[in-house]
Parts: sequence; C-alpha cells; structure tokens
Amino acid sequence: MDKLINYLLSAIPLGMTFLYGSTGEIITEKVGQLNLGLPGIMCVGAAGGCMTLQLLSGTSLPGVLVVTIAIIASFLSAAAMGLIYSFLTVTLHANQNVTGLALTTFGVGTMKFIMSKITAMASASGTRYLYAIKYFRFPFADNTTFKYCGVMVFLAIIIAIVTSFVLNRTRVGLHLRAVGENPATADAMGINVTAYKYVATLVGSGIAGLGGLFYIMDYAGSQEAYLGISALGWLSIALVIFTLWKPVVSIFGSSLFGMLYVAGSYIPSIKELHVSMKATPILDMLPYVVTIIVLIITSATKKKENQPPASLGLSYFREER
Amino acid sequence: METTENKVREPLFHIAKRAYIPWYKAWCIRLIAILAAFIICGILSFIVIGASPLDFYSALLKGSLGSQRKIWKFLKDAAVLLCISLAVTPAFRMKFWNIGAEGQTLMGALATAACMFYLGGKLPDALLLVVMFVSAIVVGSIWGTIPAIFKAIWNTNETLFTLMMNYVATCIVSYFLIIWTPNGSSSLGVLPDGHLPIIGNEYLLIILITVFIAIAMYIYLYYSKHGYEISVVGESYKTACYIGIDVKKVIIRTMILSGALCGLAGFLIVSGLDHSVTTETVGGRGFTAIMVSWLAKFNPAVMALTSLFIVFLSQGSAQVSQNFDVSPAFPDMITGIILFFIIGCEFFIQYKINFRSRKNGGKK
Repeated sequence: MDKLINYLLSAIPLGMTFLYGSTGEIITEKVGQLNLGLPGIMCVGAAGGCMTLQLLSGTSLPGVLVVTIAIIASFLSAAAMGLIYSFLTVTLHANQNVTGLALTTFGVGTMKFIMSKITAMASASGTRYLYAIKYFRFPFADNTTFKYCGVMVFLAIIIAIVTSFVLNRTRVGLHLRAVGENPATADAMGINVTAYKYVATLVGSGIAGLGGLFYIMDYAGSQEAYLGISALGWLSIALVIFTLWKPVVSIFGSSLFGMLYVAGSYIPSIKELHVSMKATPILDMLPYVVTIIVLIITSATKKKENQPPASLGLSYFREER
Repeated sequence: METTENKVREPLFHIAKRAYIPWYKAWCIRLIAILAAFIICGILSFIVIGASPLDFYSALLKGSLGSQRKIWKFLKDAAVLLCISLAVTPAFRMKFWNIGAEGQTLMGALATAACMFYLGGKLPDALLLVVMFVSAIVVGSIWGTIPAIFKAIWNTNETLFTLMMNYVATCIVSYFLIIWTPNGSSSLGVLPDGHLPIIGNEYLLIILITVFIAIAMYIYLYYSKHGYEISVVGESYKTACYIGIDVKKVIIRTMILSGALCGLAGFLIVSGLDHSVTTETVGGRGFTAIMVSWLAKFNPAVMALTSLFIVFLSQGSAQVSQNFDVSPAFPDMITGIILFFIIGCEFFIQYKINFRSRKNGGKK
C-alpha cells in the first residue's frame, strides 16, 4: 500500500509536466498551428527559468519574489520561441512541420548550452539556486497530502481550467476556434486571423515552457534532469490527441500519462506481480500505444466534436482561395 | 479637393504570389539567406563563446574538410542522411507527412542486428548479408505501412501516428538490448559477423549505394507512372480520384517503398558502420532528413546538396565547440539558426512584396 501511495505521489506530479505542455499545445492547435517545436520550447522555458534562478540566487530578494520572477522569465523565454515559430509559419507561410522540427533542434541545443553555462557559473560563485521551487509550498499544506505538491502543481490545474473556460465559453475562444477551423471564413467575419494565430501561439508556448521549469525545479529538483525534457515534450503532443483537444480532460489524462510513464520502473518492483525487470521497456511503450489506439478510434468513429481543428497544419494566405 | 477614394490609405506593402521565378533568382535568394545566417552565427559565437569571427569560420571549414579522414567522414555522414531523406521523399511528394523515419530506420537497424546476433557464425557471411538486407527492408516497410493502412482506411492523422511509432520503436530496441545482454549492461558490443565488405575506403561502398539509390529515386519520381501518380495524389486528392487513380493503393504502396528504404538505411548503418545497435543508432537523423527533403523541394539531386550542407554545418560547428571548449550542444544551436533562415527565405521565393510606390500612392 505504501508503494502504491509512493507511486501515485511520483506519477501525478510528473503528470503536471504533461499538463502544462498539453494545455499550451491545445491552445496552439486550436488556432490551426501544429507546433512540433513543443519539446524545444519546453527546454528553453526550463533553461530561461533556471538561468533566472541562478542569477537571482545570490541576491537578498525574498523567496516569493525570486520564484515569481523565475516563472515569468520561463514564460517569456518560451514565448520568444513561440514568436520565432509564428513569424516563420504565419508571416512567412513556412511549413509547420519543418519549422517545428527545426525549432526542436534549436531549443534542445540552446537548453543544453545554457545549462552547461549555469553549471559553470554555479561552481564559480559557489551558489546553487537557493530557491528550488521544490521547497516552495503553501503554508497550510504542511500536514496534509498536499505537502508533496508545490505551487506549480496547482498553477497547472488552474491554467487548464481557465483555458478550457476561455476556449469554450467566451467570444475570444469562439473566434480562436473559428480561426483554427476555417481561417478564410473567420477572416470574412472580420476576425484578425494573424493576430489570433500569433497571440495563441505565444501564450501556448509560454504555458508549455512552464512545464519544462516545473519538471526541472519542482519534480526532479535538480538541474541535471534536463535530458528528459524533450521526451516529455513529445508525450505532451501525444496527450493532446489523447484528450481530444480538451484541457479539462487533460487534467486527468496527464495524471494517467504520468502513471503510465512511471509504470515501467514501478510495476517490476512489486514482487507479488511477478513481472521481471525485463518488461520495463514494454511497459514504457504504454503511453504511445494508448495514444495510437485513441487516434485510430477517433478517426474511425468520425464524431465531429472529437476531430482535430480542420485547418490544423495548414498556413493561411488570404489571396489563395 | 480630395475625393474619398484618395483618402483610403494604401498599406506600406502588399504581398502577392509569384507566378514564376527564374532559377538563378531563387538560388540568389537562398544564397543571401545562408550568408546572412552565417553572419548572424558569427556574431552570436563572438558574443556567447568569445570566438573571433575569423577563427569561427576557419574552424567551421576545418571541421569537415580539414583532413582526408574528415572528408571521408563528412561524405559518409552526408550519404547516410541522404539515404534517409530519399526514403521519406516519395511519401512527402504525396503530402503524406511521414515523420516516422526515425522509427522505421531504427527498426531496420534492429532487424539487421538481430540477424547478426542470432545467425552470425551459423551462416556464411554472404548469405548472412542477404538475410540481413531482406529482413531490414521487410521490417522497415512494415513499420511504415501500419500508419499508411490506417490513413488509407480511416484517414487517421499520419503525422501524429508516425511520431508515436518512433517511440514504440525505441522501446522495442531497448527491450531487445536487455534480452541480448545478460549482464544487464544493456549495451551490445560490436557484433563480429555480417559486416559489409570494404572496397577502397571503408565508407566508399555506402556512399556508392546511396548515390545509386538517389539516381534510381530520381528516375522513379520523375519518369515513372508510379512517380506521376504520387505527384497527382499530392497535388489534389480529388483530381486523383477523378482520373481513376486508386488513392488508397498509392498511399500504401508509397509507404511500403518509403519504409523499405528507411530499413535499408538502418541496414547500412548497422552493417556498414556501427556493427551494433543502440536506441541512439539513428540519433535524430530521421528528423533531420525531413528537413533535408523539404529544403530540397523533394528533388533528389538538390537533396544531395542539402544533406552535404547540413552535415557540413554540424561537423563544422562541432569543431568550433571543440576548439573553444564549449558545450557540444553548440552545433545544434548553429544548425537551428541556419535552418530558420533557409526556411524563412522560401517565402521570398514564393511571394513577391510590392512596396507602395509614390506614383500610385499619392495624387493621380
């Protein structure tokens, strides 16, 4: 039983990384932009946040402020990646898949480069970020189960709920979805297609970037964990399909993905189940296989509300009819 | 007095699609973009790692052309990348976004290694090579055909499907690595049997095979009925149906070919170069190949140039990071920036920007 609790406590917070990533990607995809640069964006978000923490760790600012600044910096650096992506795909009409893959190459490289800089800076100054977000908890949570969950876990859930509300219940959300379904019609309605595409991609990228920061500074709690981020980024894209482009479903979906992701190392450790350690890679396959199955089922049933946005992956040029 | 018609402000510029652009103009735009990218990279490396621009460019050149050994390595890496790029091309011309080349190549590599592991020493080497070759192609094409079948039947999104298949392939490889290495180290050493024969230089055979595939692919795409059908399906699904092309058949047939060539690339990597397999055997080249193919506008001849260029960049900037003792991740940054420029410059080839001219914008 203890093992089960430990399992859930490691799986569900991990899922929040996916939740950040998938919420960001849902916003981006709803406006018709298939952003395969997500892993790179999450990496840069993590790097931006960590760099800020390292720079501020020597100053005498209060902890709350340092963490807040780091979160904002993470959001902004990821949004800057989103800006590159949307400039190339929206303004210059470049192919989204190719741009996304180039962005991932660039982002992963940039993160590794910045992380090695941080390591050098930390050993030179003798300070390592004192304010790991891991130790930043709500005061009331001391003696409850919540003590395992940092501020950013709650932030992820709040962002997902707000996103869902905005997408489905407000005029802005309606326009945003209209752009993703049929940009020409949206344009004829008087919606500024370019502006919507830019803003949605920037905000989505920023949110996804927080996922990278969360994974390094909260879940793993050490900078060395950065090599895992890009795999988590691809899984976040998978989660978007799995949840059928619904951020609220993604709250549960991400916890499930967290469980599946940890299952490979957890299940063989229980002696009663008689699963050998050799099965770990097979269990690791689960999140991908589940996503493929969901993808096939949704395409086979052809239910209208479960389909991807109709203009997903296509660039829009007004004069091209 | 001005009429209301004149009060409407003409925007500063407007964009129009070019009907036609002479080839030299298109290449000029690309060259300018590449030059601009190199200048930006020089400035960046000066700011970030403190390398003087001259040192930076000379290290970039020496990385792939500095010695005879480096030139051979340069050509070999470009050949492997070109082979995978050629593999994804027929699918892309059909607008089937197969981003699963990584997984298909890895499965081909795994099948090759499996033959070497189980049959090595039991069969004569020539026969073993044939078995390895066939199984790599079969496994690679199976891996490519699974998404194609679902695309053909239910129009399942192939981009996401093939992306997931990559990771399933990685998991399968790590499973076999655990089985094959009883001590639990999960790293398979060099397998003794089933190496490709060496002619001349150790990399020459691989380069020749790739050149042969490139020529064959060029003929297939531009001068065969299959190639024509692929283009029609890619241009317009409805036209293809109208003129009686069996679209489902074309999709599946093309993906069998695409997957088989990826499998062949895996065979070349394992049998000719690594003689072993890891989850990093393909090392992201499946994704780079997509960019190579797209940048070359799916033309096999241009693709040879783009793959040489990409490998030149990554080897050159690896040399830079070695010379200036910075993180080995630096090449990825450089490659990324240059790719952004090349991707972006396509816009200026396809579209024309007309600035507001004084004559029309002012009084008539």
